[in-house]
Amino acid sequence: MKNYLNFESDIKNLEVEIEKLKDPYNQDGLSEIDTKKISQSQEEIDRKLKEIYSNLDPWQITLVARHEDRPKAKFFIDNLFDDFIPLSGDRFYGEDEAVLTGFAKFNEKSVLVIGQEKGDNLETRIERNFGMMRPEGYRKTIRLMKLANKFNIPIISFIDTPGAYPGVGAEERGQAEAIAKSIECCMSLSVPTFAIVIGEGGSGGAIALASSNKVIMLENSIYSVISPEGCATILWRDSKRTLDAAKAMKLSSKDLLELKVIDEIIPEPVGGAHRDRDLILKNVRNSIERNLDEFLSMSGEEVLNHRKDKFLTIGRSKGFVNQSDSLNALSIKKNNINTFLQNFFRSKINLRISIGVIILLGCLIFFL
Amino acid sequence: MNWILKKISNSKFGNNINKFIAKKFPSKLEQANSKYISCHGMPTDKESLKKNNMVCPECNFHHYISPTSRYNMWFGQNNWLEIKSAEPPSDPYRWEDTKKYIDRLKDAKKTTGQANAILSCEARINNIDVVMSAVDFKFIGGSISMAEGENVLTAVQKAIDKNVPYIFVSASGGMRMMTNILSLMQMTRMTIAINELKAAGLFFGVVVTSPTTGGTAASIVSLSDICVGESGATYAFAGRRIVQAQTPSELPENFQTVEYARNKSGQIDLVLDRKDIYPTLGKILSILLKKNSAIKTVENETTENNKTLTEAS
Repeated sequence: MKNYLNFESDIKNLEVEIEKLKDPYNQDGLSEIDTKKISQSQEEIDRKLKEIYSNLDPWQITLVARHEDRPKAKFFIDNLFDDFIPLSGDRFYGEDEAVLTGFAKFNEKSVLVIGQEKGDNLETRIERNFGMMRPEGYRKTIRLMKLANKFNIPIISFIDTPGAYPGVGAEERGQAEAIAKSIECCMSLSVPTFAIVIGEGGSGGAIALASSNKVIMLENSIYSVISPEGCATILWRDSKRTLDAAKAMKLSSKDLLELKVIDEIIPEPVGGAHRDRDLILKNVRNSIERNLDEFLSMSGEEVLNHRKDKFLTIGRSKGFVNQSDSLNALSIKKNNINTFLQNFFRSKINLRISIGVIILLGCLIFFL
Repeated sequence: MNWILKKISNSKFGNNINKFIAKKFPSKLEQANSKYISCHGMPTDKESLKKNNMVCPECNFHHYISPTSRYNMWFGQNNWLEIKSAEPPSDPYRWEDTKKYIDRLKDAKKTTGQANAILSCEARINNIDVVMSAVDFKFIGGSISMAEGENVLTAVQKAIDKNVPYIFVSASGGMRMMTNILSLMQMTRMTIAINELKAAGLFFGVVVTSPTTGGTAASIVSLSDICVGESGATYAFAGRRIVQAQTPSELPENFQTVEYARNKSGQIDLVLDRKDIYPTLGKILSILLKKNSAIKTVENETTENNKTLTEAS
């Protein structure tokens, strides 16, 4: 049975109608399949889907990103890679099923695959802890990332998590430390790393694995520091104002590309990734191929510096810093004009004089 | 008699009377201006607390202390030099919830007198040069945003340039929500800075003060070489209420305090009272950097001079 979001009710009705039409032995006693009517309704569905999905609001995007039928990490791992060997355990405490890890071949090239898996039905969801990783999960990925680094194997991670697991056990075993060490490990690898946000990218749980050379997002996925519900509860003091929160948070892929936090958007089929799984697979495959090729000629040091530069430039954009300079060093290089302007307007006398001069000039022009 | 009172207090008229009689809860400004502060269920004199570095002399509760007063307490007034950092664009989201983010920023700057939540400085502990950063919890919950990340980067760069240890005093609610993903990126950026610091072979110490939670705990704080906790401080990743919502049973009493982190989860090296942190850090530094304390080094120098003098004579 298909799942529908509440803004898709028209589509649901139409699709039910089509199902009825396709079945020749339905209650109305039709004996022939009305192909004309089927194609008509199909066209209408396509049209409506396009209409709905071309102007989704941020909260609706969040709902699509969390859609039950949306392809999960396991689906991508099973279909994109050959010879996937699942590896488990952190060698300290235990195994975390919320994250799938293992080596595999992608187009004959060796890769390490990491996938935060939410699960497809209730049973697997509980088994996978809804994609919320525990410290042992992060420690497992750290262990394997270091192994991949040793053998110079690129790393591809699929991000899909509401956040790190906030339980007593997780806190006791050092959730914070595990995430911090995971980021530290990500920022010291000399192999190319790619993170693909396929659904929800939730806060610390996501960035622990998404500190990578390329952060790629599916079109209808989200990536943010807190869920819109959490943000609405804390800042608006009303858990129902999720739309306001989602709008303000700019968590959609387009906004994030604009902020230069992510590098690429993988387009989704009309109506979300779950409506055409073959197409989304093709798009993701193309993207991974392209990105792997890009880093083929780079040396380990260059890859590491690329990653460092990428993160050091984030948030410094829009005239704050000369981006042409290398940022390998941590120093801040300011724009000359910026510093001049800042210093100039710091003192109020300068400001007043300049305003006076402008007024005088205006008067002169007026009288002449 | 009781039922009459009940009936009156339940009626509209009674409600109005209740409202009229009911005590007004003091506003934040009134609380700040008041002579007293509430501690162990009693009003406590602020002056006597201030003399004791904002630690309650009776119940040893560590109250909030600003970075400036902490530096003054540690190094003495005018004995430390502030490190200024560049200001990135502060409000790229044009955020507005119940209040505009710009206004929140303005208020925070006014009340704390800082440009951002982190105040960094150069100073000396036991005659050993250090670079320090401290977070002000009163600056929008000590949350980390672009300006704060930049401040940490600048301070760490300074430490690397001067080849001195770096110490981070944390008190933070996590990453700032109003600059959403750009704040989240600060976790990675601060980690890069610390990686560079460690690559340069320098010491990185952290002092966990109350409260240290969320993304700050899960990035810069957890990467320390040595982590000192201030007595009774909260140290957690997820908030207590969120953890409580996930567990059916009651949480342990001192769950998510530094004492718990030290004894149970082993995340903190030692827990100290506020007054003991400075001398202990000095000892740690002098042991790790193999430098003797202030007076002894002077003595050594003079004895060497004497030796050379005697040799010369």
